[in-house]
Amino acid sequence: MAEKILLVDDEKDFVDTLAERMRTRGMNVTTSTSAKDVLENIDVESFDAIVLDLQMPDMDGIEALRLIRAKNPNLQVILLTGHATVEKGVEAMKLGALDLLEKPTDIETLTEKIKKASAKKMMLVQEETAGKIKDIIGGKGW
Amino acid sequence: MQANWEIIGREGFKFYGKMSASISHEIKNILAIINENAGLLSDFTMMAERGVPIEPERLNIIAAKIGEQVKRADLIVRNMNQFAHSVDEQVKTVPLDDLIAVVIKLSLRFAANRGVHLEHQPADSPVSITTSPFLLKNLAWLCLDQAMDAVGEKKIVSIVAKDEQNGVMIKFKHSGTIQEKSTPLFPGEQENALVTLLRAEMEINNEAGELTLHLPASLDK
Repeated sequence: MAEKILLVDDEKDFVDTLAERMRTRGMNVTTSTSAKDVLENIDVESFDAIVLDLQMPDMDGIEALRLIRAKNPNLQVILLTGHATVEKGVEAMKLGALDLLEKPTDIETLTEKIKKASAKKMMLVQEETAGKIKDIIGGKGW
Repeated sequence: MQANWEIIGREGFKFYGKMSASISHEIKNILAIINENAGLLSDFTMMAERGVPIEPERLNIIAAKIGEQVKRADLIVRNMNQFAHSVDEQVKTVPLDDLIAVVIKLSLRFAANRGVHLEHQPADSPVSITTSPFLLKNLAWLCLDQAMDAVGEKKIVSIVAKDEQNGVMIKFKHSGTIQEKSTPLFPGEQENALVTLLRAEMEINNEAGELTLHLPASLDK
C-alpha cells in the first residue's frame, strides 16, 4: 500500500518538486507551505508520516513537532533542516521525531526513512488496537 | 573607550556569526531546490530509458526553476560580499540608503520568521555618511531587531534615512511600544557601546511608535 505522506516546507518550489519525485516512487503525497495548516490537516486526515521543515516563518518546526505529537503521538515526524545543530537534533529526538535530515537531502535516504516511519506507525496502531481489544475483552464478564 | 571596544569585539562577532548563519541557511534552501530539480531530471532520464517519452516543456520548466534559484543565490552572495567588505576600512564614506538596504536584506529572514514586513523608504536626495560601516550596520540591525519585537498590529517596520541639521538620522517606524524593562534590556551594553563609538544618539518615542538614531555626518570631524 502507498505510504501517505504530508510534506511541509515554506519553499513552494522545493515542496512541489520533491512531492513529484515522491509520487513517482509510489507515495501518496499531500503538500503544505504552512506549519499552522499541518495542525488542521492532521485533524481531518490520517498520515503515515510528516516530513517537516525545521524553520518556517509561521511556526518553528520544534514547536510544530510538539503540537503534532500532543495531538497524535502515533504520528511519525521526519524533520528537514538547512543546518542541523546538535542541540536542535537532540531536542527534536527528545520530542519524538523519528529523524532529522539535513538539506539538500538524498531522495533514497528520505524514502528509506519514510518506509521506517510508516512501519513504526503501523506497529504503534496495531499495539494500540490490541490494547483496546484486550480492555474490551477484560471488561466483559464472560 | 577601551571597554566599549571590548564589548564590540565580543558582540560584533556574534552579529557577524548570526548574519552568516542566516545567509548560509538561505543558500542551503536554494541548494535543496536545485538538488530536487536535478533529481527530477534524473528521474525523467530513467523513465525515458524505460520508454516513457520526455515532454520538452517539462524540461523548460525545470531549467527555468534552476535559473531562478541561481539568480536568487547570486543576489544573496552579492549581499554577503558587500557585508563582508564592510570591515575593510574602519571609517569610510558610504551612501546611507545603500547601507540600510544591506541591513534590510540581511534581516529579511528574521522578519519573515516574525511575520513582519520591512519597508525601505529611500531619502528624497542622496544622503552620505562617513562612519564605520560595520559598526553602523551592527547598530542598525540591533535597532531593527528591537523595532520588529515592538511592532504594532500592522506588522510593518519602515526604515527612513534623512539629512538633519547636525548630521543624519535613521528612523525605524514600528508603530508599537518598546518596553522600558525589556529582556534583554534595550538599549543595553552593546547598543550603548556602539552609540558611544559612533558618536550617535538614540531616541525612543513610544507615542509615535518610532526609534531614531541621530548620527554625525562624519566621524572624522
